Amino acid sequence: MKEFVLIFRNSTNPHANPSPEQLQERMNWMGSIAAQNKLVDKGNRLSASQAKTVQPGNVVTDGPYTEIKEFISGYLIVKAASIEEVVEMARANPTFKTGGNIEIRQILTPEDKD
Amino acid sequence: MSEQGTSYRELLPHLFRLEYSKMTAVLCRHFGLKHIETAEDIASETFLKATEVWAVSGIPENPAGWLYTVAKNKTKDYLRRISLFETQVKGAIKTTDYEPGQEFEFNRQTIADSQLAMIFAVCNPANSKEAQISLALQILCGFSVEEIAAAFLTKKETIKKRLLRARATLREDNFQIRVPDEAIIQSRMDVVLRTLYLLFNEGYFSQSNDHLIRKELCSEAMRLALILTENQLTNTTEANALLSLMCFQSSRLDAREDDSGETILFEHQDRSRWSIELIERGNYYLVNACTGNELSKYHLEAGIAYWHTTPTGDNKWEHILQLYNQLILVEYSPVTALNRTFAFAKVYGHKTALEEAEKLELTGSSYYHSLLAWLYAPADVDKAIALYQKAITLTKSTTEKKTLQREIDALEKQKAKSY
Repeated sequence: MKEFVLIFRNSTNPHANPSPEQLQERMNWMGSIAAQNKLVDKGNRLSASQAKTVQPGNVVTDGPYTEIKEFISGYLIVKAASIEEVVEMARANPTFKTGGNIEIRQILTPEDKD
Repeated sequence: MSEQGTSYRELLPHLFRLEYSKMTAVLCRHFGLKHIETAEDIASETFLKATEVWAVSGIPENPAGWLYTVAKNKTKDYLRRISLFETQVKGAIKTTDYEPGQEFEFNRQTIADSQLAMIFAVCNPANSKEAQISLALQILCGFSVEEIAAAFLTKKETIKKRLLRARATLREDNFQIRVPDEAIIQSRMDVVLRTLYLLFNEGYFSQSNDHLIRKELCSEAMRLALILTENQLTNTTEANALLSLMCFQSSRLDAREDDSGETILFEHQDRSRWSIELIERGNYYLVNACTGNELSKYHLEAGIAYWHTTPTGDNKWEHILQLYNQLILVEYSPVTALNRTFAFAKVYGHKTALEEAEKLELTGSSYYHSLLAWLYAPADVDKAIALYQKAITLTKSTTEKKTLQREIDALEKQKAKSY
């Protein structure tokens, strides 16, 4: 089993005003992965408003985005035999209904070469 | 056999269970855990004397009081003997371990405090989970090695060895049987709650066919959890959540079995046989549990058990599913995963749930196969029957085998009708 980070990106804030149905769908999705004993870390939701970016030259900007419209809204960690399996897991996520996307990245262990 | 003879024979095992552990706890408070065997010897001798005397002269008016008076006298005799030999046999029990002149009482407060402390002494993280439960059954509940072995479906020898190791740890722990201080409570409360939780589950879900022992395991776990909620120091929201869960679960104990001792599945249970009193106790402790911000697995499980006591409607299964979603995030267990899928099917239907279920891949579990069978049944009877048959081969419990066979019979009948 390898571990993978799922990085959620959105252009509208999914944490601002989710409906009960949306919350239920998200919980069902996460519950389904946990029920397969493949959830390593349920991760965290990331704030869109309480966000700053620190840049070289003592430049601090508000928000996570200056040029890009998308921002990271959350992450979690799963385990699976292959990245293809994680793609299948991600496909079932309700974020696509609201224009979000999910980036999948394998976590490298000290033995791994990239 | 005289009438008196019969009744004392019925009374004694019950009293033994109830008072033996209390007596040992109070005695350990005086001797220290290092000398737990001495405490147990005095308790055993007391009960032996009761068997002899009561057989002849009948049961005294206040049996428990009688027992404590005898225990107290036996202790005094013991201490007198010890101090006589003290000069010769140094180190057996050092004078610092007790004060010979000290009058000790088996009063309510002392008993309650000693029992509470004993719970924390037994739940030593240095022992394995199995050892803690066996030790709890023996020391806190007065179960015999045979009874523990029967409850665990394990050989007597295995239990004996387990207890021997666990008791060595207990003696060396240097744990004081006093009201536990905050540091002890903080470091051991999780283990205490888990042990009581497992103790209860051992009774509630046990594969053992001995119904009497199973019921006693449940009621002993509840008695110990009640001790926690009765002391200010240990009356946490988690302890209340656990006790609430136990009340809800045991409210269905009687409805779960028919007259011949066969299991009645939840959906077929006669709800009038659920204990209203226990459901109300469950509600009471659940309200207590929800006074803080903690949301432990006991809270979630009590929440699920609460919804099970309510009639269908009001999005009952949606609530249950969401609680299972949270529970599986707190702690994975195959049973939680399977129960979650059952709730999922209740909300989204068998077909959608089948996809969820097949991802679980718990191929060694009988429950997994019977869940798949139940999900397949509306669409594919033959497949369902094959899965139930597979489930039968995977369980050791004869009651479960019978229950599964009944499901197969029902499906066969249904099949015959449709031809």
